[in-house]
Amino acid sequence: MQPSPLSPRGGRLLAQHDPRLLVVALVLFALVTVSLKTPTAAAVALAAALALAAAGGLPLRELLRRLAVLEGFMLVVLATLPFTVPGEAWLTFGPLTATREGLFTAVLIALKANAVVLALLGLLGGLEPAVLGHALGRLGLPEKLVHLLLLTVRQIALLDQEQRRLRQAMRARAFVPRSDRHTWISYGNLIGMLLVRSLERSRRIEAAMRCRGFQGRLYLLDSHRWRFPDTAWLVGLLPLLAGLLALDRLS
Amino acid sequence: MTTPLLALRGLHFGFASHPVLRGVDLALYPGERLALTGANGAGKTTLLQVLVGLRHPSGGQVIAFGEERRAEADFVPVRGRVGLLFQDSDDQLFCPTVLEDVAFGPLNLGRSRDAARADAEQTLAALGLDGFAERVTHRLSAGEKRLVALATVLAMRPEVLLLDEPTNGLDEAAERRLLTHLEGLDQAMVIVSHDRRLLERLATRAVSLHEGRLVPATLHSHEHTHRHAHLHLHATGVAGDHDHGRSAPVHADHHGGE
Repeated sequence: MQPSPLSPRGGRLLAQHDPRLLVVALVLFALVTVSLKTPTAAAVALAAALALAAAGGLPLRELLRRLAVLEGFMLVVLATLPFTVPGEAWLTFGPLTATREGLFTAVLIALKANAVVLALLGLLGGLEPAVLGHALGRLGLPEKLVHLLLLTVRQIALLDQEQRRLRQAMRARAFVPRSDRHTWISYGNLIGMLLVRSLERSRRIEAAMRCRGFQGRLYLLDSHRWRFPDTAWLVGLLPLLAGLLALDRLS
Repeated sequence: MTTPLLALRGLHFGFASHPVLRGVDLALYPGERLALTGANGAGKTTLLQVLVGLRHPSGGQVIAFGEERRAEADFVPVRGRVGLLFQDSDDQLFCPTVLEDVAFGPLNLGRSRDAARADAEQTLAALGLDGFAERVTHRLSAGEKRLVALATVLAMRPEVLLLDEPTNGLDEAAERRLLTHLEGLDQAMVIVSHDRRLLERLATRAVSLHEGRLVPATLHSHEHTHRHAHLHLHATGVAGDHDHGRSAPVHADHHGGE
């Protein structure tokens, strides 16, 4: 079986907790981090997030690959903010002037964004998508959204398999991507074929659902139990977050 | 004479330019295991789909459990009593976990969550799939997927099973396992397959779809003599040119019920 792009590759350290704990912890951490105003507190949050990412057990390569998506965006922010926020002049390039306030804001945003994403990857990166969906459902997210997520995850895996098969079939007939008309037409056919097959599959799945008496309701069944240690972890997290806020407001 | 569980009378399906079924008559009685054969594209899958109302015929009657069924609403109760096993298990399994998939049918039939969960677990256990409940469906092997798909159907406790190429794409071990389970079921069945070994072992009667109509077919096993090579492997270091003996194994020894 081909590894799916959605297979969890993380460690099991955090996965033994109720996934709801991880989601709640992440939301609290993100809210506190976003509200921070000093770089010191933001740096502490980043350090905590790094620790979480390490505890999450996601392989470093995988972690960096996922972070790279964020960093591309961060570069744009870092490059433009110093020039767009008004304040005391710091550097001048011709008509452009970078301000100290702008630089401060850019650094703060970079620290906070990285802290939140690292915590996200650490806490939730190792979860099976199905488990995450169940946790969100149990936390009261609208069921329709949860089912949309779960069905999407299931279908993405099938679409990915289909895509691999089609590409293999192309390669088997000596297809090599170039930047020419033939390549673009072939890719167009590939995407078209994927769409057609997906549509057909969706019809077959709908038929299968009707065969089993589907009447517009999907059900979530899981067997995660909220245990005492989960409560303990959550309670233990609160003073840490309060400390982070205190550090930020009092310094 | 008992009434048939499922029956088709003069059934037509298709378009004027491309008719698929042209006057099909069929009756399936309790305890029967009907083999349905025919060339590719003869309309075997279509026929199964018509039986559970997934496709609507252009003419003729579909009779299920003694009543004629026409509209979608007529087929809703039928689908609880007739289980269709799809050719591609990936079409049938759409829930994130095995347990949710198997419990989906019972839940739709109005059983409580606990009852549905118990049904699902019991069905999985009966198919030797204990411990699969929390597995993620898209990461199962082809053989496991087929068995889980069978579990999703059996969990609804149907009276009739429609099997569309049940052993398609399975390796020998998975096929044997599936066959053993199918043999132990007491439901009436319609089995679409090209696999003669499967049909000879399971079916009690056979029909063939030919030019849009059903004609009786025979499945028979007969004694015959034939020559074929039996491959065996030599471990590395063992000479391959030793005397392989002249005596062939007795036919029944190596062909089972063929």
